[in-house]
Amino acid sequence: MTITAPAPARSAPSRALDWVRDHLVQFFAGLALLYLFLPVIVVFAFSFNDPAGRFNFQWRRFSLDAWRDVCGAPGMCDSLLVSLQVGLLATVVATLLGTLLSFALVRHRFRGRAATNLLIFLPMATPEVVMGSSLLALFVQGGVDRGFWTIFVAHVLFCLSFVVVTVKARLQGLDPGLEQAAMDLYANEWQTFRLVTWPLVLPGILAAALLSFSLSFDDFIITNFNSGSTVTFPMYVFGANQRGVPPQINVIGSLMFLAALGIALAAQYRRKKY
Amino acid sequence: MTRRGTAYLLMLPALAWLAVFFLIPTVTLVSQSLQEGSLEEGYVVTGNVGIYADVLRDYAPQFLRSLLYAGIATVAALLIAYPLAYTIALKAGRWRNVLLVLVVAPFFTSFLVRTLAWKIILGDDNLVVDALRFVGVLGDDGRLLATPFAVICGLTYNFLPFMTLPLYASLEKLDGRLLEAANDLYAGAFTAFRKVTLPLSMPGVVGGTLLTFIPAAGDYVNVEFLGTPQTSMIGNVIQSRFLVVGDYPAAAALSVILMVTIVVMVMVYVRRAGTEELV
Repeated sequence: MTITAPAPARSAPSRALDWVRDHLVQFFAGLALLYLFLPVIVVFAFSFNDPAGRFNFQWRRFSLDAWRDVCGAPGMCDSLLVSLQVGLLATVVATLLGTLLSFALVRHRFRGRAATNLLIFLPMATPEVVMGSSLLALFVQGGVDRGFWTIFVAHVLFCLSFVVVTVKARLQGLDPGLEQAAMDLYANEWQTFRLVTWPLVLPGILAAALLSFSLSFDDFIITNFNSGSTVTFPMYVFGANQRGVPPQINVIGSLMFLAALGIALAAQYRRKKY
Repeated sequence: MTRRGTAYLLMLPALAWLAVFFLIPTVTLVSQSLQEGSLEEGYVVTGNVGIYADVLRDYAPQFLRSLLYAGIATVAALLIAYPLAYTIALKAGRWRNVLLVLVVAPFFTSFLVRTLAWKIILGDDNLVVDALRFVGVLGDDGRLLATPFAVICGLTYNFLPFMTLPLYASLEKLDGRLLEAANDLYAGAFTAFRKVTLPLSMPGVVGGTLLTFIPAAGDYVNVEFLGTPQTSMIGNVIQSRFLVVGDYPAAAALSVILMVTIVVMVMVYVRRAGTEELV
């Protein structure tokens, strides 16, 4: 005969307390979400504003002008183009270099692995002002003119570590049995890589590329040290804070938010399908 | 080719990039701090170590303010992000992924555009300030913008995902059976949290606080948009010494001091928190 101990009876007040506690956490999470979205709502709302002066800081009246004439703010679309170019180039280079490095780190044993890992980690732990100013020191002492290419170099640098971390995580999560199975089925190394490894790692590489692009597109602090007279979109916004903030800035902010949300939700949807 | 040879070949481009544009600049930064001269006539290395004492004396307030603001912002971010990460990881069920996307999505509206939005939210004669004046929290000419509160609020907001994601990652791995076990052993909700949930989420807490504190301590955008010269942080000084005044040695010395301070703080903190495994 087995005697099952009765489950510890929870008193009614204690259960009520549990209920309150459970929902208290959700209540605070809700508040946090509200806090997260407050600025987004403001960015959206003020993209429909018709500001009185040069600064779009006070609500006046509803207008579609900024959305109809996105490039109406002088210089803004040029800066967007620069940001897109830097972002794409830096993403391609950082993703390529970072992916190669990740393969070496995960698939090979060699001397200096610990040192390499540290070297990858350090740029992420360095405050952006320090990274920006040390690159500036290099360019000043080397007599390099700052502009598009110095921004590109800086962006590849800070994207690189994030690519390695992302791709490495994906590679480490792969089941080695899949590759062994392919080899057992007489696939040579190249076929195994092309038909098994690559499709499995690709989502990680794409995620790393997206992350790189958004980091590059959004960077201000490091860019500010190394841009010379080249103006990226964040640099434009920084200048606008002193010169005057056109509502078109909010249009771009809103569009970026929608694009990111769309891509992320599409990725979720795709993952569910498989 | 040997497998080891392949490994080195794969790593070469990325390591070269890191060496040329990260390691060498760090050395250049130190050498720049030991130079003397002027922007017009150029700077020469003279080994002027005294500059470190000089800049520390001149900019101690900004330096301490950076650590203080970043510290407060980090604690605030932890308090805001913990319930959020906890809910997503353990309570959200099938909404988990959607919520994760929602948490990260606001950070694609561009750092500077977001900060400008806070300038509107906290601005004089806008909704929030009017409401606070009405209930008497703020005096009739009280302000939020251009105060330390505004700067800390901006810092907390801008680095929140760096807190939320590591917390989520460690809470997600939490085995629900451990909480049931705690419950079976008559642990109350609070005790279960203190003895089970919190210790198991410590890697996330440590990772998150570091990832929040480091960028916050070096930031100068939030002060530029939401603060005043009276709230200026060390990042503002470095930025203006380098880019406006052209006083490279002082700016470089401040950068080196910031870097060393952060490395030392991180090492002490990681050791005390007992999680060596970060990367």
